[in-house]
Amino acid sequence: MNQFDQSKIRNFCIIAHIDHGKSTLADRIIEKTGLLTSREMQAQVLDNMDLERERGITIKSQAVRIVYKAQDGEEYIFNLIDTPGHVDFNYEVSRSLAACDGAILVVDAAQGIEAQTLANVYLALDHNLDVFPVINKIDLPSADPDRVVEEIEDIIGIEAQDAPRISAKNGLNIEEVLEQIVTKIPAPTGDPDAPLRALIFDSIYDSYKGVIVFCRIKEGRVSKGTKIKMMATGATAEVVEVGYFGAGQFIACDELSAGMVGYITASIKNVADTRVGDTITRLDNEAKEPLPGYKKVTPMVYCGVYPADGAKYGDLREALEKLQLNDASLQFEPETSIALGFGFRCGFLGLLHLEIIQERLEREYNLDLVTTAPGVVYRVHKTDGTMLEITNPSNLPDPSEIDYMEEPFVSAEIMVTTEFIGAIMDLCQERRGIYNGMEYIEGTRALIKYDLPLNEIIYDFFDALKSRSRGYASFDYEMKGYERSQLVKLDILVNREEVDALSFIVFEGSAYERGRKMCEKLKEEIPRQLFEIPIQAAIGSKVIARETVKAMRKDVLAKCYGGDISRKRKLLEKQKEGKKRMRMVGNVEIPQKAFMSVLKLDEN
Amino acid sequence: MRMENESHYYGIYIHIPFCERKCYYCDFLSAPSTEERKEEYVQALIKEIEAKGSFISKEYVVRTIFFGGGTPSLLTGEQVERILSCLKKVTTWNETVEITMECNPGTVTKETLVCYRNAGVNRISFGLQSTNNEMLKRLGRIHTYEQFLESYRLAREVGFSNINIDLMSGLPRETKEDWKKDITTIMKLTPPPEHISAYSLIIEEGTPFYYQYSSGKELPEEEEERQMYEMTKELLETGGYSQYEISNYAKSGFECLHNLFYWTLVSYVGFGIGASSYFENHRFSNTSDMDTYLDIWKDFEKGKQLCFSYQDKKSDFKDETISLEEDVVEVDNISAMEEFMFLGLRLIQGVSKEEFYKRFQIRIEDVYQDVIQDFIKKGFLIETSHRIYLTKEGISISNYVLSNFLIDRNND
Repeated sequence: MNQFDQSKIRNFCIIAHIDHGKSTLADRIIEKTGLLTSREMQAQVLDNMDLERERGITIKSQAVRIVYKAQDGEEYIFNLIDTPGHVDFNYEVSRSLAACDGAILVVDAAQGIEAQTLANVYLALDHNLDVFPVINKIDLPSADPDRVVEEIEDIIGIEAQDAPRISAKNGLNIEEVLEQIVTKIPAPTGDPDAPLRALIFDSIYDSYKGVIVFCRIKEGRVSKGTKIKMMATGATAEVVEVGYFGAGQFIACDELSAGMVGYITASIKNVADTRVGDTITRLDNEAKEPLPGYKKVTPMVYCGVYPADGAKYGDLREALEKLQLNDASLQFEPETSIALGFGFRCGFLGLLHLEIIQERLEREYNLDLVTTAPGVVYRVHKTDGTMLEITNPSNLPDPSEIDYMEEPFVSAEIMVTTEFIGAIMDLCQERRGIYNGMEYIEGTRALIKYDLPLNEIIYDFFDALKSRSRGYASFDYEMKGYERSQLVKLDILVNREEVDALSFIVFEGSAYERGRKMCEKLKEEIPRQLFEIPIQAAIGSKVIARETVKAMRKDVLAKCYGGDISRKRKLLEKQKEGKKRMRMVGNVEIPQKAFMSVLKLDEN
Repeated sequence: MRMENESHYYGIYIHIPFCERKCYYCDFLSAPSTEERKEEYVQALIKEIEAKGSFISKEYVVRTIFFGGGTPSLLTGEQVERILSCLKKVTTWNETVEITMECNPGTVTKETLVCYRNAGVNRISFGLQSTNNEMLKRLGRIHTYEQFLESYRLAREVGFSNINIDLMSGLPRETKEDWKKDITTIMKLTPPPEHISAYSLIIEEGTPFYYQYSSGKELPEEEEERQMYEMTKELLETGGYSQYEISNYAKSGFECLHNLFYWTLVSYVGFGIGASSYFENHRFSNTSDMDTYLDIWKDFEKGKQLCFSYQDKKSDFKDETISLEEDVVEVDNISAMEEFMFLGLRLIQGVSKEEFYKRFQIRIEDVYQDVIQDFIKKGFLIETSHRIYLTKEGISISNYVLSNFLIDRNND
């Protein structure tokens, strides 16, 4: 039955720092193995979503099976699993790695090792993957492969002398990579006759097939009709189809057995039943233990998402439900804001995840959204001994009921050339970072370690990092846990009325600065109206910053030229249309984008 | 002031898209050109007049003609004469027709002015903008104040007794004192002009000024500009001018009838590139592309059937007609009400409630009660038993007030 024995299978992934050429190399591998002709190749085959292609990052895991005829004359099956490329999706990355036996480490020949390179290599080594390096972009004028080889050996400690030196972009030396996949990545092991244990590394929702589970069979076998059970969620189903991944298509086959990577459909309606990291087993012959490493992912960042047009509330809910079918880590529940009406409090893995969801809602579902400032999950310990998790600043209890609060911290690693160490350390200090040490990497670069409050990095930390290091710093982090912190709720009053959608929780020491900037920003955003509008930032009843939007006293008196009434009408219509995009708060019209202005407080 | 809105009157606008040099703030349809090109254009204009004249019903009576630009005074007296006599031949004229010619100071000689006058022009509008030579330079104007004085003197000498002067406020680095000086200087001319248009500078996209001043730096502060605006009215009133429209002031009986037509929904027909028309409840405009325009009329043979494109539907000879207009919009009842309000309220005397009812067979209150009452409460409108008009405060923010007279059309 099994056409291929395990020794001819190679399951691997490609790991790299962002922009070092992971997806391009994947494209070349697929192309060189002849599964697609060059002409059929659309750039970056694995990145399916338009959004992924545009942003140049992988959001969902993808897999493809290709056939390679090696120099030894044998045909090998390659299962290439493309992992998400962003720290928001760290857990997904770790599960994808767990589905592999080896990894190709792509390092940019000019930039060398970056923070994510290290984080990803360590993650791969943690999963006992055999890693071999590839040096990419050797066609760049600034490429210095010898130095990079040295770096890899010194810093990571893996052999790199015979690392293929390639240009994925130009298709240079890809053969060498393919051969090393055969020789350096181990074949899978695992008993095909043991009880079924398959690792879910992703799942997607398809309107015809229901949930399609991407999995790696670690032990046992599965075929059509097998009754299966997800060991963590307890969901059961009967397999409708199994198969493997062609490029951009699913190819059904009779059976998946130990060592293989493929998909299972089983008329499962909800992706939440097939959580990434869960183990699939047989209902009639259950495995004793699930595979290790399962974790229920919880959102790290929350914000309010409201339809710009209140009548679209139902559409927004429908769109969120549809997105959730495909994305179990997206959470939402209804909430109401005095300023914004009916909407949802949504939870995301990180800011990128938030942005992606927001963009998809706007693009794919054609919704006009107002989002409130993103925040993290705070833990509020009340004087009565209970603990609340707060995701919406409006729900913060009265200060008299609060004993103390905690906020989430991350451990961050920042790699930077030595000349910018000072600037980056300043930045981390400003963001309430706790210095955790520094390692020099060859004379010119350093790895700086800081513990930082998550709240301080979700807005614009990455941008600030890039601008203060002229683009050279790279950054990676992982969750560390909660720590006690002196936090306050900052309220914004427009024309003396509190605007709930503008409130946020902030470190007490930063409150004054944030409040001041917020008022300044709102002053720019709120158009002048017929009366003077004070904008105030307050903690409790104490006003800490104030700006004023002056009353509108005059607008331009245009010459109405040549009887061009249409032009005049357009001008008035525009003026009126602008008003429609406003939210009435009390008797003040606030433009929708003002609600997002908190995001851009540090732009200048 | 006498309002003439009997339905059979209409105005004629003739666009002359030529100038010696583009001013830095100008986004009008105009450019420097050669003598040959101008003549070619005049010939096309005459063909357009002949053609359109043949199907504009003779029942309609021309009451005003306005040469706008660009710089219409770049036309020779003979060219203007040809255009006007052709118009007179193909359309019906009232016994008195207000014929305005926009002139750029420094572009006219005594001879041209005499020709204009003989051709029938009876009103001159000088685009002066400022009395300060430094400022004129900053604006990219081609003339000095002294050249203006000479042109003005000549116009009076050849007998023009109805002259407008355009002034512009809110100019770069302009102070209230500068503006005051502009106005008082103009009022002291002997004899003083019959009409003064005082506009605010608008920074239009795509003009050199947009790049230079769109940040608002160097332009007067809003509050200062507002004071200039109020000063304009006060000063001009001392000279016997009354404000009859947001930006227009005139001695009694010298209001510009052509402009009043615009504000009171009287029909007008435009000729030349980019010219707008409002005729038989339709708004439309000619192509703004010079080559397209010239091509249409170069090939136009006399006697060929022609009609406005909105009439096309009703036309029996569809295939032989040619379509000239762009952006044809039928002014439905709702649009007409909106226009009645947002144009009519530009006039200081505002809109007439009776006139509204007469036109639309519905009371103004039944359509606009909420808006009107809201603005009265806010102090931007005043209502008397017959009329509704803007207050001083309402005029200052007229765009805001007027935009509220647009009616929501909920299609979905």
